[in-house]
Amino acid sequence: MLEIRNLKASVDGNPILQGIDLSVQAGEVHAIMGPNGSGKSTLAQVLAGHQAYEVDGASRVSFLGDDLLELPAEERARAGLFLAFQYPVEIAGITNASFLQAALNETRKSRGLEELDSFDFREVLEEKMKLVEMKADFADRFVNYGFSGGEKKRNEILQLAVLEPRLAILDETDSGLDIDALRIVANGVNKLRSPNRSFIVVTHYQRLLDYIVPDYVHILYKGRIVKSGTKDLALELEEKGYDWIREETAAAL
Amino acid sequence: MDGLIRDDDLFATPSKRPPGVYLFVITTAEYDQMPQRDGLETAKYEGSRVERSNREAEALANREYKHGWTSDIESETIPKGLNEDIIRLISEKKGEPAWMLEWRLKAYQRFLTMPGEPTWAKVRYESPDLQDISYYSAPKKKAKLKSMDEVDPDLVATFEKLGINIEEQKRLANVAVDAVFDSVSVATTHKDILAKRGIIFCSFSEALREHPELVRKYIGSVVPQGDNYYAALNSAVFSDGSFVYIPKGVKCPMDLSTYFRINAADTGQFERTLIVADEGAEVSYLEGCTAPMRDENQLHAAVVEIVAHKNATVRYSTVQNWYAGDKDGKGGIYNFVTKRGKCQGDHSRISWTQVETGSAITWKYPSCILQGDYSVGEFYSVALTNNLQQADTGTKMLHLGRNTSSTVISKTISAGRSDSSYRGLIRVNPKAENSRSYTQCDSLLIGSECGAHTFPYIDVRNSSSSVEHEASTSKISEDQLFYCQSRGIGQEDAISMVVNGFCKEVFDHLPMEFAVEATKLLSLSLEGSVG
Ligand SMILES: Nc1ncnc2c1ncn2[C@@H]1O[C@H](COP(=O)(O)OP(=O)(O)OP(=O)(O)O)[C@@H](O)[C@H]1O
Ligand SMILES: [Mg+2]
Repeated sequence: MLEIRNLKASVDGNPILQGIDLSVQAGEVHAIMGPNGSGKSTLAQVLAGHQAYEVDGASRVSFLGDDLLELPAEERARAGLFLAFQYPVEIAGITNASFLQAALNETRKSRGLEELDSFDFREVLEEKMKLVEMKADFADRFVNYGFSGGEKKRNEILQLAVLEPRLAILDETDSGLDIDALRIVANGVNKLRSPNRSFIVVTHYQRLLDYIVPDYVHILYKGRIVKSGTKDLALELEEKGYDWIREETAAAL
Repeated sequence: MDGLIRDDDLFATPSKRPPGVYLFVITTAEYDQMPQRDGLETAKYEGSRVERSNREAEALANREYKHGWTSDIESETIPKGLNEDIIRLISEKKGEPAWMLEWRLKAYQRFLTMPGEPTWAKVRYESPDLQDISYYSAPKKKAKLKSMDEVDPDLVATFEKLGINIEEQKRLANVAVDAVFDSVSVATTHKDILAKRGIIFCSFSEALREHPELVRKYIGSVVPQGDNYYAALNSAVFSDGSFVYIPKGVKCPMDLSTYFRINAADTGQFERTLIVADEGAEVSYLEGCTAPMRDENQLHAAVVEIVAHKNATVRYSTVQNWYAGDKDGKGGIYNFVTKRGKCQGDHSRISWTQVETGSAITWKYPSCILQGDYSVGEFYSVALTNNLQQADTGTKMLHLGRNTSSTVISKTISAGRSDSSYRGLIRVNPKAENSRSYTQCDSLLIGSECGAHTFPYIDVRNSSSSVEHEASTSKISEDQLFYCQSRGIGQEDAISMVVNGFCKEVFDHLPMEFAVEATKLLSLSLEGSVG
């Protein structure tokens, strides 16, 4: 599904991603952990197509057979890539419902499907809102506008549920959620797991991985994946912190 | 009091379309007006402040100025030039009463004494040569038509381009043709509905013939002849316009609309609109404008006057889409318009809503004189400039009566290399005790080569009143665009989405079908705004 080869990216000449290799097969859940500032969000944003990052010419990313780096952000989304933002953005004056309807219809159009009118879309939306246990009035509030931190995160998962991507990248969706919300969001994600949908879950906490059990765990450090393993790696991190990773990495260099 | 309200003085001294029924009249430099809907449909559009998706704009396929065509309708145009003889000729062609001619000539005399164009607005352009304009152009008169087959095929084609369907055309063309060729019998079908309630809605010329006493009583009572340079010019040479009178206690059962179109070359458009709402009356009036694409600039200098008596309410909505010139600033309309309403009676209300996307240069300040106690003035505005457009627009709220209140919401969007200014005056006179005014004035910049400016003038002369002014300027945020894009929404659509969200408070005040049109227009006008 996703093949990343030697991905390097920088901002204003400062290298941030220093050669990432990762492959994600259909149906897999990969967790990415790593200390603050190690490049997790940058990786997510680069994959989603943010223009602020200069991507090295030798980097290769293929997604469902497409050369991902060639596509503008909107086409990556239409091709089935979804990013749940660490910091979701507010858009005043546009309701959640009309925003999502526009988004879904763009994707449908690109797949040769008929666009949904407001009535049909409402039905889809209401059903998905139940999935993330969101109150109905959020449909008619402006996109993330005045939402609490946790509500914004939940709204990202609602969007994920509506857009039904092939690959979803969740960037610290768990941070800012209270215990109940964490369970609800995790349940929502688990219901969306399927043999042809993959997830990359960026998190700092083992707790989320108790709910969303990953197939693989990777540790990103200074712009590189320095260690990969199974869910046990997350438990080890929880116990030992990052110091041993720092030491190991320093020794290897 | 006269001195208080001139557009010239004040700033100089700093201190769309319902499906089914759509009537328009295409004339050349003339135009006419008709009601757009019958009573049944009104209900449907009431409470139109419903949630609207800004995606109602269908495919943004045709992103260019789509009204840029011209119609080959045979017309009669008088020689270019401006002098007393021309004014006499216009008045004679229109068969006006003697007092109207006298009034025009008096305005012309005032005009001649004026130093020239106002210079305080933040716009730069080459002054139009007023001697190089023809001040009157009308379709050739023909006998009244009896059936659709007799309608000038070019006129039918014109309707088609404006998106009016055949069935409507059949119904309308007669009406419209009547209007164009024989303005005595404008809009007969709708006239019945209106006449039953004593509502007068007709061309200015017709009003002069049928209701001279009303016209005489109100013309110039809100915008005096010598108000400003272009108002004086308009008063001297105005071609035609609409006249609305709503009698005491009558709520107009449908929105009244005028569609303005400049067609002939080298002509100016100088229309005059007069709306009078008698005690307790209510009306909502819509105005739309388009013009062909021409390389030369054309002058549009209109005057709109509104009078609201005790307990009356008038809502005036405009979607202004005059041709804006091309990417390099060639051509486009000079839109120098004086619009003013007088809340004459207690508890009266006048509300202006405008969406300004067209014109090369816009100079326009729809204003309210809040004379009656407890009267209310409102101004909701979206002004968008792109490429090399320039707009200097805003409002004036003059609080004269006690307990008056005003609300101003202005949204300015600048893209390309354009320049847009909000200029607003709030004046609260000593006697206007306990008055309140609230202004919110937001600017949004797209790209780095455009400008947005705010010129508030606040003058409060008593201590029991409160005036609030809030202003903000922001750039369209990269984060917002990326967020939209990451959900599959293309960049231009993302921009128009963010912009539409920015304008929502104003669009909510537009009648439904106008709001849909405005949404589409914004998308079209933003075309090419991202590098
Ligand atoms: N647009 C940018 N401009 C400048 N520096 C940036 C930009 N984006 C990221 N960086 C820098 O790159 C490094 C990696 O940032 P990133 O946000 O990817 O970290 P992260 O692993 O997601 O951290 P956290 O766990 O705190 O979310 C940081 O040092 C950050 O300051
Ligand atoms: Mg991060």
